[in-house]
Amino acid sequence: MLTTRLDKVLNWGRANAIFPATFGLACCAIEMMSVVSPRYDIARFGAEAMRASPRQADMLILSGRVSIKMAPVVRRLYDQMLEPKWVVSMGACSSSGGMFSNYAVVQGADKFLPVDVYVPGCPPRPEALIYGIMKLQDKIMGDKAMGWRERYQAEGTGEVEPGIA
Amino acid sequence: MTDQDPLAVPYRERERSVTMERMGDQPVSGTDALLEDERHEELFTLNIGPHHPATHGVLRLLTTLEGEVVRDIKPIVGYVHTGIEKSCEDQQYWKVITFVERMDYLAYYFNATAYCMSVERLLDEEVPPRAQYLRVIHMELNRIASHLFALATGALDLGAITMLWWGCRDRDLVLDLFEMSSGQRMHPRYIQVGGVFEDIPPGWEKKVREFLAIMPTRLDQYEDLLDRNEIWLERLKGTGVISQERALELGVTGPLLRATGHPWDLRKAMPYSSYEQFEFDVPVGHFGDNYDRFKVRMDEMRESLKIVEQGLDGLPEGRYITSNRKVALPPRHELATSMEALIHHFKLVTEGFRVPPGETYVAIESPRGELGCYVLADGSAKPARLHMRDPSFVNLQSLPDMARDSLIADFIACVAMLDPILGGIDR
Amino acid sequence: MPDATGLELIAQRIRSSLGDEAVTGTSYSRGQATLDVAPAAVYDVLAYLSKGDEEPWRRLMSLHGVDYLPAEPRFGVHYQLLSMERCDRLNVRTRIGGDEPHLPTVIDLFPTVDYQEREVYDMFGVVFDGHPDMRRILLPEDYTGYPQRRDFPMGGEPVLFTFNENQYPRWYD
Ligand code: SF4
Repeated sequence: MLTTRLDKVLNWGRANAIFPATFGLACCAIEMMSVVSPRYDIARFGAEAMRASPRQADMLILSGRVSIKMAPVVRRLYDQMLEPKWVVSMGACSSSGGMFSNYAVVQGADKFLPVDVYVPGCPPRPEALIYGIMKLQDKIMGDKAMGWRERYQAEGTGEVEPGIA
Repeated sequence: MTDQDPLAVPYRERERSVTMERMGDQPVSGTDALLEDERHEELFTLNIGPHHPATHGVLRLLTTLEGEVVRDIKPIVGYVHTGIEKSCEDQQYWKVITFVERMDYLAYYFNATAYCMSVERLLDEEVPPRAQYLRVIHMELNRIASHLFALATGALDLGAITMLWWGCRDRDLVLDLFEMSSGQRMHPRYIQVGGVFEDIPPGWEKKVREFLAIMPTRLDQYEDLLDRNEIWLERLKGTGVISQERALELGVTGPLLRATGHPWDLRKAMPYSSYEQFEFDVPVGHFGDNYDRFKVRMDEMRESLKIVEQGLDGLPEGRYITSNRKVALPPRHELATSMEALIHHFKLVTEGFRVPPGETYVAIESPRGELGCYVLADGSAKPARLHMRDPSFVNLQSLPDMARDSLIADFIACVAMLDPILGGIDR
Repeated sequence: MPDATGLELIAQRIRSSLGDEAVTGTSYSRGQATLDVAPAAVYDVLAYLSKGDEEPWRRLMSLHGVDYLPAEPRFGVHYQLLSMERCDRLNVRTRIGGDEPHLPTVIDLFPTVDYQEREVYDMFGVVFDGHPDMRRILLPEDYTGYPQRRDFPMGGEPVLFTFNENQYPRWYD
């Protein structure tokens, strides 16, 4: 009884104080930056504290196309984030590859990391991104499994570190 | 910092006198003190990026440091390489516009214009004067938006966060105009081969004039905010100097070149899209330092406002797209009544238009410099090769020259005022 | 752009100072003047045009690699020269064949080609001999193949519609 209540309080706190990692990749990053600008003002939803370091952030906004050169870097940054963590994939490119179906672009960021919310558009309007973040907040508040491996039944997919195993 | 006028860097001198206790008549260099000390002679390599807030986008810089002095920089690019040029070879000419817009994502109208102008040259297609004026108006509005954003993020890198809010606020005004005329904030695909996509909607001109009335005051506000700010001045003045000869050798164009005092502007030198009918000045700097770059951008925005105003005043009547049905879609209302229009429409949408074999290179002045588009046509409905000469790609080569032998903090200022757009660099 | 006559005059001047084989042809189309140059003579011609000519072309604005696949020789490299004094452009084009084409670098004449030569190498595999840092620039260092050659596959993934969704494996298979 008490633990569920505590969970609720924790989730409420997490949902209303999301720390996004600034992670601009391409055109969508420009729209992501307008989200913090006065007109759209994501501070209304408690997610304005953009963190430059992944270790201080709990939400990764993947804004833009992920090239094959960038994908390992993205994954590494994601692994550096502390649990619980969430990923918003912003724009057609990071959701599905978008119109760039060619040799250089990873066809969807969900090929190499778990994505919680997809925001369509090319680029999505800032309102759309805010809506996506609100959806994520709903998800956080209703979700008990906080580790992403539990959430996506992905136990055992961690990198095997030679020294430890 | 070595070859500068000592009087130009009072702040550094003061700082040095505090941290290294070197007062009096020592030569100002900032580095000789470090060199004398054996312990500091060690070089070490620091990797900055690709995910770093102070590098616009995903630029990675391998810096070789000696203490806090940057000795060498190797930019590593390609983290947003999208293969757009290859994708374009698989698309019909009229679909390529969508792709090229996504290269330099702050200057989408320029990319589309450069591409459309080169295809028009291959097709020998005349663009009606009204379309040319509409292009100019949109491009100049785009230039304002691009410079504003460059300024906003540049100021953010230097710690002036107010400028980010203000810059975004006013950029949104421009984007509203784009949205009204074409339906999208970014990547509107407004410019077509042969003209523009649609005529401007009623009421747009009034909105633009309102914007033109607001903007000069806003620019004055920015100058009040930044130009009288001691930190801003000290961090920009005298840093990142590059000589005019070196800039020309490195192929640097745009505001960076004009900041060194060279008045090279393609809008004046080789006018295109009826720029010769507009009256505007080309702002230039004196020393080629970061402060001049900032000033040149500010003044260019004022000049752009002038051009937009002249464009609205002299907007010619007539068609907004060429009447050649082989290239431009027929008007919507004709589809119901004219079989011929329907056939043209069907052919254009399914197959696209064919371009006679040939190759051409067209360059225009984008907010960052010479944006050139090379198109090779092989007679089919798809380009055989498309290459963009992106100004950021070439300008980035000057970063090591700018930042060598300066402090890390100055090099951040150099990146901020260089304004590289990684989407344009990597394509 | 120099007009057709001006282009011929330039070609004549080059031929008289560098020999007849240097310039293989000229073409003037759609307002663009193009000078076709033998690959062996590229460096000399560009050196002559940038320094020795009476109307010098001091700046190189752009360098493109092209793959004219069915045609032979297969690859082309274009040097877009610019004269800021006369506000004029000239295109110097050279054609090279083979699977591993080589060209001399012009980085000491025009330092601006540093990245652009690397890009052409990255995309087309044209090696510029003498370039101090001939590595891939845009693609990962361990990438194999030269993606913008015409015979390189486009890559990517087919879009799934109802008619073809059974033909391709899904990610969970
Ligand atoms: S979705 Fe569109 S706007 Fe976003 S990064 Fe991709 S191409 Fe750019």
